[in-house]
Amino acid sequence: MIDRERSGAAEPELKIVEDATCTFCGCVCDDIELHVQGDRIVEAKRACVLGTAWFLNHHVEDRPACLIRGKPASVEEGIHEAARILAEAKYPLVYGLSDTTVEAQRVAASLADWLGACLDTTTSVCHGPSGMAFQGVGEVTCSLGEVRNRGDLIIFWGSNPAESHPRHFTKYSLMPKGLFVPNGRRDRTCVVVDVRKTKSAKAADIFIQIKPRADFEALWTLRALAKGLELDARQVEQDTGQPLAVWQDLVERMKRARFGVIFFGMGLTMTRGKHANSEALLALTRDLNRHTRFVCKPNRGHGNVTGADNVVSWRTGFPFGVNLARGYPRFNPGEYTAADVLARGEADAALILASDPMANFSQPAREHLKRIPYVALDPKETPTTRHATVAFTVATYGINVPGTVYRMDDVPIPLRPAFPSPFPSDQEILEGIERLVRQWKYPRPQPGLSLRPAAAGSLHR
Amino acid sequence: METHGDQRAMAEEKFILIPGRTSRQGCGISEGKFGTNYREEIQTLQMSPQDMARLQLKDGDWVRVATEHGSVEVPVVAAKADELPPGVLFIAYGELSSRLMGADTHGSGMPTSKGLDVTLTKCSPPEMPAGRHTPAN
Ligand code: SF4
Repeated sequence: MIDRERSGAAEPELKIVEDATCTFCGCVCDDIELHVQGDRIVEAKRACVLGTAWFLNHHVEDRPACLIRGKPASVEEGIHEAARILAEAKYPLVYGLSDTTVEAQRVAASLADWLGACLDTTTSVCHGPSGMAFQGVGEVTCSLGEVRNRGDLIIFWGSNPAESHPRHFTKYSLMPKGLFVPNGRRDRTCVVVDVRKTKSAKAADIFIQIKPRADFEALWTLRALAKGLELDARQVEQDTGQPLAVWQDLVERMKRARFGVIFFGMGLTMTRGKHANSEALLALTRDLNRHTRFVCKPNRGHGNVTGADNVVSWRTGFPFGVNLARGYPRFNPGEYTAADVLARGEADAALILASDPMANFSQPAREHLKRIPYVALDPKETPTTRHATVAFTVATYGINVPGTVYRMDDVPIPLRPAFPSPFPSDQEILEGIERLVRQWKYPRPQPGLSLRPAAAGSLHR
Repeated sequence: METHGDQRAMAEEKFILIPGRTSRQGCGISEGKFGTNYREEIQTLQMSPQDMARLQLKDGDWVRVATEHGSVEVPVVAAKADELPPGVLFIAYGELSSRLMGADTHGSGMPTSKGLDVTLTKCSPPEMPAGRHTPAN
């Protein structure tokens, strides 16, 4: 338990942290000025409404660092129990990873490897379908710095950055005055394609409201028009909810742009069609490069979900949904992805790192997770930590923990923490679990003893 | 949330539901998922003003939203200005929206989480309105 008795103590001195990094969303703004008083951030200059809520609400909470079956325990006991649960499992799942540092993600990937676990990240339920599409089509891409300096036609498709990435417009995509767009917003045209007239739509020059679940049809309409094919106007309007002339106008603007960008969101990946929708958008971007320079980028949600993709890719060769049970990685979304492994009742234990499947997964998946022993690491209390067999309260990355995160355009950004936390970091907990699992499952060979790893049943000692 | 009996008959209406992010839901995640802000935001359904008028619903009326996978009961409010077209509903992501989605990911790892076919009927509010803030899990 953290001692928060402060009675009679003088007001702590005000500390300023320059260029702190916000890890709430994939924009990963690294220009925040934090005013810190003791173990509390009192002001976060330049942060948006989401960033401010992030910084001002992550103080040191009066909670036990570890709970085992709801009862306070020491971190060491928690690590031991967590390692036992995972090492004894036949089909463990390691899931989450997107709200922690790259350094912790690396340990999570190693742990999954020692366990022979299924390793999946929150990517599978955000841009996982786009990840599949990248493998099929490829990605014509760029950094956000290029968008800032060059982008003159900015399209948001199924994405609402005004609410999900509030500084996207001002920092990267619409407002900045760049090298080749010296007048900033006046040099750019913004188009929003969405089912709802969102707050982002109100910032656009052109809003195209499509029929729900018609993204695939609309994108293929644009591909056909970009190729110069004739289309039946009646059919197009019936399929997409917009007249052919609207799509013809958009294609002409796309071809005329000097540097076009499509930012796409979960309006594509979560809707019927999923990876086929993302594939259509990636293929359209590729097609447009016959006429001009055109790129696309998924707008990534969690602060380091892009890091999770990178780490899991460089450790296993695949970005998410990886099974390590055979000692080598196998990738199969739909089979090895957490939502499926849980809903089908396959996993018999889990490690949930920095994510909340108990709030976000389907009912069958949640019910199965409730039935199996699992370990959860989170700075806050969530529906997932409430049901965990072992729940660790961890220090918050970026606020208490240093390290690296990847911005949504795969640019690594360092973290500059504001104040230390009495709670351990994700990395420390994971390293502790990994050490025990490794010792138990793969004990160092003794002279004269067999080199074969210990059987899972002999782990208790 | 418990289910409650219909207050008065209203034909089952078909809608398409789009769960999504909102700033308030995003702030609520940082403030704490058991806090009022987050819970209120994820438990409020938005409907176009035209549909509200057609179905004679007013802000705060309770409705039952159901898919083939589950049902939830929530208060409904009119969406701002022209944010939602008729026939489309919106709710912030959270435990309630997840209860309406199926487990099948169609080989993608991603359950269909937006553009859900739902039916909507009017229902009576829960006996203790404070119950709407009670964590679902
Ligand atoms: S845009 Fe995203 S990263 Fe930047 S301050 Fe807001 S929440 Fe933080």
